[in-house]
Amino acid sequence: MKSYVQPEYLIERDNDRCIRCKVCVNQCSYETHYYDEEDDVLCSRNENCVNCQRCATFCPTQAIAIRKNPNTYRPNANWTQEVLTGIKKQAETGGVVLTGMGCDKPNLTYWDRLLINASQVTNPSIDPLREPMELRTYIGSKPDSLKLTTSKTGDITLETKLAPQLRLETPIMFSAMSYGSVSLNVHKSLARAASEYGTYYNTGEGGLEKSLYKYGKNVIVQVASGRFGVHPDYLDAGAAVEIKIGQGAKPGIGGHLPGEKVSAEISKTRMIPMGTDALSPAPQHDIYSIEDLRQLIYALKEATDYTKPVFVKIAAVHNAAAIASGIVRAGADAVVLDGVRGGTGAAPRITRDNVGIPIEMALAAVDQRLRDEGIRNKASVIAAGGIKSSADVLKAIALGADACYIATAALVSLGCTVCQKCYTGKCPWGIATTDLWLTKRINPDIGVKRLVGLLRGWSLEIMEMMGGMGINAIESVRGNRLVLRGVGLTDKELEVLGVRMVGE
Amino acid sequence: MVINDVINHTPENLSITEKTAKIDATGMYYKDLNSLLRSLDANGIENIEIHNVYGQRYIGTDLDNHINIDIYGTPGNDLGSFMKGTNITVHGNAQDGCGNTMDHGKIVVHGRAGDLVGHSMRGGKIFIRDDAGYRVGIHMKEYLGKRPSIVIGGTAQDFLGEYMAGGVLVVLGLNMKEKVHNARFVGTGMHGGTMYIRGDVRHLGEEVAVAELNDDDYNILGSLVDEFCSYYGLDAEKILQSKFNKIFPVSSRPYGNLYAY
Amino acid sequence: MKNLAKTNNPYSDEKVFDACSIFGMMNLKGERFSAKDPIRAMANMHDRGNGLGGGFAAYGIYPEYKDDYVFQIMFLDKEAKKKTARLISECFNIVNEEEMPTQEANVTDPPLMWRFFVQPKESKMENQSPDDFVMEKVTRINTETGKAFVFSSGKNMGVFKGVGFPEDVAEYFCLEEYEGYLWTGHGRFPTNTQGWWGGAHPFSMLDWTVVHNGEISSYGINKRYLEMFGYNCTMQTDTEVMAYAFDLLMRRQNLPIEIVSKILAPPLWSEIKTMTPENELALRALRQTYGSLLMNGPFTIIVAHESEMIGLTDRIKLRPLTAATKDDMLFLSSEEAAIRLVSPMLDKVWSPRGGEPVIGRLETPVAEATA
Repeated sequence: MKSYVQPEYLIERDNDRCIRCKVCVNQCSYETHYYDEEDDVLCSRNENCVNCQRCATFCPTQAIAIRKNPNTYRPNANWTQEVLTGIKKQAETGGVVLTGMGCDKPNLTYWDRLLINASQVTNPSIDPLREPMELRTYIGSKPDSLKLTTSKTGDITLETKLAPQLRLETPIMFSAMSYGSVSLNVHKSLARAASEYGTYYNTGEGGLEKSLYKYGKNVIVQVASGRFGVHPDYLDAGAAVEIKIGQGAKPGIGGHLPGEKVSAEISKTRMIPMGTDALSPAPQHDIYSIEDLRQLIYALKEATDYTKPVFVKIAAVHNAAAIASGIVRAGADAVVLDGVRGGTGAAPRITRDNVGIPIEMALAAVDQRLRDEGIRNKASVIAAGGIKSSADVLKAIALGADACYIATAALVSLGCTVCQKCYTGKCPWGIATTDLWLTKRINPDIGVKRLVGLLRGWSLEIMEMMGGMGINAIESVRGNRLVLRGVGLTDKELEVLGVRMVGE
Repeated sequence: MVINDVINHTPENLSITEKTAKIDATGMYYKDLNSLLRSLDANGIENIEIHNVYGQRYIGTDLDNHINIDIYGTPGNDLGSFMKGTNITVHGNAQDGCGNTMDHGKIVVHGRAGDLVGHSMRGGKIFIRDDAGYRVGIHMKEYLGKRPSIVIGGTAQDFLGEYMAGGVLVVLGLNMKEKVHNARFVGTGMHGGTMYIRGDVRHLGEEVAVAELNDDDYNILGSLVDEFCSYYGLDAEKILQSKFNKIFPVSSRPYGNLYAY
Repeated sequence: MKNLAKTNNPYSDEKVFDACSIFGMMNLKGERFSAKDPIRAMANMHDRGNGLGGGFAAYGIYPEYKDDYVFQIMFLDKEAKKKTARLISECFNIVNEEEMPTQEANVTDPPLMWRFFVQPKESKMENQSPDDFVMEKVTRINTETGKAFVFSSGKNMGVFKGVGFPEDVAEYFCLEEYEGYLWTGHGRFPTNTQGWWGGAHPFSMLDWTVVHNGEISSYGINKRYLEMFGYNCTMQTDTEVMAYAFDLLMRRQNLPIEIVSKILAPPLWSEIKTMTPENELALRALRQTYGSLLMNGPFTIIVAHESEMIGLTDRIKLRPLTAATKDDMLFLSSEEAAIRLVSPMLDKVWSPRGGEPVIGRLETPVAEATA
């Protein structure tokens, strides 16, 4: 069948600048570029191009420019190019339109409508470069009160036994991305960066590769519906265990790592035969109700002898507040909320862009609900899904999060350009792939530097903003919604966010 | 003229003999006291004694000539702020902000001082016999011929020499029971100037390093300690025999690598 | 009906800003002295306030009624008084009641003020402690009637406050005629609007009083945390939040001030790291558990109750506090000059470190923290 879909991008090559080095040919995993020996010229297959900018970035003479195809259908606010293209593709294949990464529509972001406060006169701002500024955060269940005894010499002895806690030097962790959806070198970079900076990286549901066990102190091991690679050593290896119920990019649906990607290495870590499809069921088949969740939480606590916090991650959905309350009452030490803009290696586009709710609203509702019920201390709240700057992190904390998970931002720091083609497994940046030729493109030694650079940069920015507010410990921002104001929001939106209007 | 009014109609709380004036500041509002000081200064008075001082602010601010002021009691906040050359002696304790943004002159306190001694001072000298509070010498700086100095006889509290950009800050620890100054974040953000500290410091900022004193250091320190001892009748030689630590900034641009461009 | 609690804040700002002078004076032997010195000390710090609020708390002033709760109440009109008196007589046996003695002074729009000496009716208490019972009723009067405000409710103590400079408020209440063993005072510099009488300091609940200088930048979360424990923060001031924090930690959870100060102004992580393992564990747990009660930003407070006067500043000392002793007297003040004015020859005078409380306890010598 002749495809009616036109190439999305056109490659323009400046032949005067091109030195025929063929870097573009080698770099493109989609075979977009080829060399015509007869005419000594480089040519393009425009239809293959995903606009990942790998060739343009590596072209030594900046001879390549990638342009959006100017041939658009007649402009139409409803029947957009994306809609028409999608329909045509489906007509030609009869399939579900797949995509990668997070929602690319502008209408679901609230962060940019929230503004942060600063001190003027009535209390002093604090200079974060020279005075102490504390970002340290502990994730885990806290009691409502403590029993302590003091001796005559002023020594204080703690009588209460605290639940296990994770110590974060910055309230930012790396969110779950399975080994398989991303490469081992990406995992190595994440694990080492987390360990170097004093935070955590989440394995995702594909298990933990043996060579990474040594970073266990900074690893959160995930237990998802497929239970890939889940065994006693794996549970013991991490600092915390996360039960994945859902994911913001695809609430309510499972996953599927195609057999082609289940290489020898992946097979070993996931503990499934090579070449078989790795299917993650939509639900956890031992959790059909909240009491079942409690059963799994305590199974994991038993398996780890109550030494590790157990997180429960859900996609932010309409009644997230009630669900979160149930999760806390079921004994989770932390609730992870993944908003509608959260990323993915592969999801139906229709689900990604239409199912779930923005993290801002879910977070605000959950934090308030847990406070109303007097159980906010019992669990930490972690926000994920669409955190793209340090300001987003700080705003999330002010709304009530203890910490944030980032994943897309981490991948971007490694080179990802959010071309949204992760599901092809051909990531030219060597990230979302298990192809050994491509995965070499991430050098963990460099990767760790880039990730640590990101953590440091964001942490410094958070300190700058905190200092501006005259606050020198992150716990004084946490849940402190008075440091936020909303702009361009309706009364109802402000009410759900628990935030006042600017000028108020 | 206001000035003539003051001189012609000497108030009950003021007595003048030749170049010396005596003020009883009991119940006097600070504005009235300072305006009286300015009048006396403009009329060639060289020495002023102020008695019964209880918290009047800004004493010594905006006086044009290099007069001597002796304060008996507890002067209020911002003693000698923006001062241009007056010599102030406090027979008692000073409160917060003593020598704030002072440009020139001298403050000698026969007692202790509160927080922010010498905040942003650019010139002149401050001597405190006993302890001082938080943030002593914060952002003091030097420029061309101006080089401010502060000597604290006792110890000082946290953030000593914070942001310090120039000048000399000496802490003698004369009254300490232990050999260690309890201050935290000493020299945090320091990017100029020098501190000489007798005894060890509990906690230093990230931007400073500690060194032994060289001959130049001892010259600077020696003359300041001599002057300090001359006010309080102490033995400089004995004080200088103890071990001093020199605290200096590692870089004049400690935050050069902080930003992404 | 006019909501009295909101009169403080007609613009409905998220909270009212305050800057202030504070002063405290306690005889550790419990000997009583007149208000003269505290008033002089406060007047000496006149310029730290702006005349929109002043007040005092005094302990030991009603020895003849020492076992009775004293409700000192402001009324916006006579009707409110009648209603409130009815409510009180329903729940309490009234030992005595009278209009507060006052005189002409330079104060703004004083409301009608009465005091009631009362005992809770046993029959009305449902398994509650008398304190909890009183607290519940006080909250009820303050929220329900809208035109009555109980500004003092402890035993053998009283709060006297209003709109004016502290010395003028003292004159209005004829304070020089009272004798107590512990006085605290406050001169207010609110940044928003004409204050109202109830919005002045000290804030009190039962016999706990707080005077406060500074602004708590963490107010938003402190308030939300306290709300989880049933406190209803209606006054939109960080001082109210401070008072409730003390009530929760000291009265309800029975933690001593030495530990409470480590919750409100905790040591830095970098310092906790250097402690003995046992202390490190305890201090870490305190920050983990009570992080939402860290009072971040500049503050100095003087908290008092029956047997204690406590001075505390924030952990990086952004507001001033001077402490001093003379014989059996402990002084706390925003400025040393105010102490010197009433006691020129002090035994000791020092600047407490940020986060380290100065504690005056009856019959207990004061420990001076080293610099």
